[in-house]
Amino acid sequence: MTGNLTLALVVGVLYGVGTYLLLQRTLIRVVIGLALISHGANLLLLMAGGPSGLAPFSSEAGPGESAGAASMPGLSGTADPLPQAMVLTAIVITFGVSAFLLALAYRSWQLTGADEVQDDVEDAAVARRRRLVPEAADDLEDDEVDEDDTVEETGWTGEAESGPDLAQAPQ
Amino acid sequence: MSASLLVPLPVVLPLMCAGLSIVLARNQWVQRLLSVLTLSGVVGVAAVLLYRADTYGPQVVQLGGWAAPAGITLIADRLSALLLLVSALVLLSVLLYAIGQGVTEGRRTTLAVFHPCYLVLAAGISMAFLTGDLFNLFVAFEVMLVSSYVLITLEGGKAQVRAGMTYIVVSLLASVLFVTAIGLVYATTGTVNLADAAVRLQEAPAGVRLLLGFMLLVVFGVKAAIFPLFSWLPDSYPTAPSPVTAVFAGLLTKVGVYAILRTQTLLFPDAERIQQVLLVLAVLTMVVGILGALVQDDLERLLSFTIVSHIGYMLFGLGLFSVAGLAGAVLYTVHHIVVQTTLFLVAGLIERREGTSSLALSGGLAKSAPLLAALYLLPALSLAGIPPLSGFLAKLGLLQAGLAEGGALALTATSAAVLTSLLTLYAVGRAWSDIFWGPVAEVTADPNPYDTLTIGTKTTPVLMTAVAAFAVVGGLTITVIAGPLYALCARAAADLLDPSVYVGAVLG
Repeated sequence: MTGNLTLALVVGVLYGVGTYLLLQRTLIRVVIGLALISHGANLLLLMAGGPSGLAPFSSEAGPGESAGAASMPGLSGTADPLPQAMVLTAIVITFGVSAFLLALAYRSWQLTGADEVQDDVEDAAVARRRRLVPEAADDLEDDEVDEDDTVEETGWTGEAESGPDLAQAPQ
Repeated sequence: MSASLLVPLPVVLPLMCAGLSIVLARNQWVQRLLSVLTLSGVVGVAAVLLYRADTYGPQVVQLGGWAAPAGITLIADRLSALLLLVSALVLLSVLLYAIGQGVTEGRRTTLAVFHPCYLVLAAGISMAFLTGDLFNLFVAFEVMLVSSYVLITLEGGKAQVRAGMTYIVVSLLASVLFVTAIGLVYATTGTVNLADAAVRLQEAPAGVRLLLGFMLLVVFGVKAAIFPLFSWLPDSYPTAPSPVTAVFAGLLTKVGVYAILRTQTLLFPDAERIQQVLLVLAVLTMVVGILGALVQDDLERLLSFTIVSHIGYMLFGLGLFSVAGLAGAVLYTVHHIVVQTTLFLVAGLIERREGTSSLALSGGLAKSAPLLAALYLLPALSLAGIPPLSGFLAKLGLLQAGLAEGGALALTATSAAVLTSLLTLYAVGRAWSDIFWGPVAEVTADPNPYDTLTIGTKTTPVLMTAVAAFAVVGGLTITVIAGPLYALCARAAADLLDPSVYVGAVLG
């Protein structure tokens, strides 16, 4: 199977940039990063189908070059349709999940006023070992009553809302 | 009935009824009845499939009549039919529990999405067990995961959104890696049919096979929550309503384990390096998971860490790569699905009654609710592996296989399994003494009185308690039928170690 250097480089760059964006704290960058990585994966899947330029339906030329085309007798000389079908499926799935993720990121912004990944409250509580101190347990209880988890839109309130000290109750 | 009719039913039936359920969304009782009937049907079909697969060999269907390498294959062999039956039973029980708890229909939303999503989840899980095609496995995972995304964020509160975000990003990243792995498998072999790929991968260079084996291990490792890819699980699972957590805890990670079992035994049967890595990962998963459970204050988080820890036992069985080891792993999977689901259902009952799952804030339940105490104690002891409960039998099978294998790595893993067992007893025992012993604590008020999840009611609804009791009895039944069940697991394990059975059934 012949490789295509340009495509290979593009795939590599997409994975690299996507991974970088995924490691950010901002949700929207995470979503874009995931989109870029999945584009990279789709391109890679397409490359697995062999070189471009073969006839789509029927051809009188010799057998196709990809491993898949060579394995199926009816496919000699034509482009391998299977990776293309798989890429289409993968695109549709990623599209749907990305839309859901964007909606969730918006919901997160509505609830917390920050476009950032929130720290896990229970982790922070365990780290502080608050359960060993009786007063701390009371605090925890108070937090739970205070934080009534209303659906009001708080808007952007800056850094004060984020970070591990945010008094969120374990749900 | 012929196999071509039976095998697709566990996938097609819930999918079609999910559509019907959306149409009938206005009437809650019709929706509930439809879901219960559908899942009962799946249980029946799965039981017939298991009988046929065990008696007549793997049941194979080529979808659309396209021959094996080109078309999509569905196959029910002993392992997949067994897991299909257990998961269908669990799905049905948890559905009844959810109906009892009243989380199935939102108070604030007009569209009742719980039932359709739950049925799609059932279809995805069934398809993951039944498929004989790598790309179809990817689609099955996505069907399952997308409905789990909706179920985990159903409430839409702050905690659910935060947890759902982590869960979705991690799952999506694993899915992208899965697509990458599929692309590489296709480039190497020119097929995504598992049986065909199993034949053709033998001709591939050893390095390429090792790379593909590790890539698929990472992909399914994220879904199965093995060390070091597990940290999303304890963060996200406890925020969902307890029936949703219960079904995720029981089934979703086990689908990942099933995929690891299937791909490693079928595609990479001679990769000794992967098997050694599996044993090391098993030790780390068991020990790190249970150490995480020891420091938790929240019962559901504690149980979530025990899921991670006990996934290690299944990896341990696979890493041994012997009939005894794999049989132990399969039996352990069955036992763990039932017991872990039961524990989460009981945790839901405790939360319903006490208004909190925090260990520090509860106490004295053994006096005020003795039935609840019994329902917690039996599966908890089973999880820790106290004889004669099912956990003991499953662990015994694995430990015997580990000792029979010998070798430094296998013996280390065996001792780690014993240690983890003891630490599990400590973790669930600590939860027992905090929640059920001591002075009777006051009921915590429901922090979100307007959401669908009503807690802190001081009551335990009859349906929820009955389902939890049924699940506990189900766990005890495993002990009663342990002999025939282990024999079945051993036959399934022998099939796994001899890929020619699977390949022959698919390629004919």
